[in-house]
Amino acid sequence: MNRSTSRTWWKTTVGVLLTAIMLFPVYWMLNVSLTRDQDMRKSPPDLLPVHGTLAGYRTVLDEQLPYLGTSLVIGLGTVVLTVALSAPAGYALAKLRPRGGGILNFVLLAAQMIPGIIMAMGFYAIYLQLGLLQSVPGLIVADSTLAVPFAVLIFTAFMSGIPGELIQAAQMDGARALRTFWSVVLPMSRNAVVTVSLFAFLWSWSDFVFASTLAGGGAHEPITLGIYHYIGNNNQQWNAIMATAVVASLPTAVILVLAQRYVAAGVTAGAVKD
Amino acid sequence: MKQTTHPPDHRSARVRNGAATAAPSPARTRTRRRPTSQQWAAWGFLAPVTVYLALFYAYPLYRNLDLSLRHYTVRSFVQGNAPFTGLSNYQTVFDDPTFAPALLHTAVFTAVCLAFQYAIGLALAVFFNQHFRLSATLRALFLVPWLLPLIVSASTWSWMLNSDSGIVNALASAVGIEPVNWLTSPSWSLTSVIIANIWIGVPFNLVVLYSGLQSIPASLYEAAALDGANAWQRFWRVTFPLLRPVSAITLLLGLVYTLKVFDIIWIMTKGGPADSSTTFATWSYQLGFGNLLPAFGPGAAVGNLLVVAALVFGLVYVRVQRKQALS
Repeated sequence: MNRSTSRTWWKTTVGVLLTAIMLFPVYWMLNVSLTRDQDMRKSPPDLLPVHGTLAGYRTVLDEQLPYLGTSLVIGLGTVVLTVALSAPAGYALAKLRPRGGGILNFVLLAAQMIPGIIMAMGFYAIYLQLGLLQSVPGLIVADSTLAVPFAVLIFTAFMSGIPGELIQAAQMDGARALRTFWSVVLPMSRNAVVTVSLFAFLWSWSDFVFASTLAGGGAHEPITLGIYHYIGNNNQQWNAIMATAVVASLPTAVILVLAQRYVAAGVTAGAVKD
Repeated sequence: MKQTTHPPDHRSARVRNGAATAAPSPARTRTRRRPTSQQWAAWGFLAPVTVYLALFYAYPLYRNLDLSLRHYTVRSFVQGNAPFTGLSNYQTVFDDPTFAPALLHTAVFTAVCLAFQYAIGLALAVFFNQHFRLSATLRALFLVPWLLPLIVSASTWSWMLNSDSGIVNALASAVGIEPVNWLTSPSWSLTSVIIANIWIGVPFNLVVLYSGLQSIPASLYEAAALDGANAWQRFWRVTFPLLRPVSAITLLLGLVYTLKVFDIIWIMTKGGPADSSTTFATWSYQLGFGNLLPAFGPGAAVGNLLVVAALVFGLVYVRVQRKQALS
């Protein structure tokens, strides 16, 4: 008994050490974000923020709030669009056995393989003609392409697990397919909706390729471009850059704390069937 | 949790009370025959996503293909009357002095990233598969690099690898290693972006391989231990062979994802200095958006080569997954 506890204690120590090494860049981001301007070029750099300052965060509040707002709007828009498109599709593929469903599944898988930079170039050509460059709806649509194929796969996998009796019983009740979907399938799929929403929001919030090609230079630029301009323009104020990075990482932190099990489920479901 | 299951249960109970017990069986035969009404309903649900795929996947891809087959200037790009030039953009790309290095860098970047991400991810998965306190919490923390926005990771690594004020060089000189110009020397820039990308990719490998390990029955390890196999032998004789299907999926997906890595490289080095970290993805962007005079045609051509590569490996992935689903 005593021996086995000491053995797992040893493993916990190793685990904590490994995690510390892995997360060192994250700690460094925090540390630099709190460093004073005059200490920024110090050699060797301070390992702890001994002269910690919030100046970097003050700069973020002064300069980056519009970018954060834009990213929030685009993220929420992407979530709504993604769920609205993919939940009904998942239901049909999982429960209604459409002819040609296999082909659609295959197309969705293939769509995930297409590099974002290629999509961006095509979108650029189209948006240029439609006048949608530098517009928020344009970026929402482009960002949703990052999430929709994955979302359909998640919904299909999840809704396949809903017992067929429940759906058929509801149909006997006279409910049409739409009502079945709305009042039986969708409420039961709450976990899938959460998983899909989280990933759609995170991917759209993190997107850089579409932002830089489709929204660059416009009035509504997301936070990823806010950071990118910082890096390009003032190479000196790294505390402000890192403070912006910390703020831009907040959704990651929230997701990890509130919805960790959904994340792991999403990663696994995307890669491995069962 | 309770809320998700409760209302439907309640509903079905109510329905069952109302309907005769014999009712479900005709309903079942009806679904089996795929009646036309259900087909209409099914495709009604699928219509939005189908239209969406056509408009926002197929059409941009078509436009990209079209871009690569015409000679575009800035003016004809806006007016849309560029002359059709067949494969001459592809010829331009193949003859470009950047082609060979970009191909080499893409191959090296992908291979080295995959090898390290998989090896580290597998080692960590085996480690975390043991039971000890905090195991689940620490495993969750390992997800952070993968969930961070790429611009955050890339800019953090940029500053850590800064030649004069970066922590990496400071640590190196503390133990007596010559400082290196990580991002500004042509011989180190590719290594730098590879390091950053391995860091980002390890969590994905860890999570997927860990879930693979979970499905290996514990009785096999007990049997192996009874036969006198030590930990090393148990790994190579039990874990590794049984993990092969999951490994194949992980590596193939990783391959497709790594081929299209763009953000990290562009933010850290812009493919430079002097093309020393240019891959197909950054080269394509460089041609299309990176210069004052955009070369959309060649940029799209490079992009399409990348699509072909990604789809080839994607098809292999689908085949492997199908085979595993059948067996």
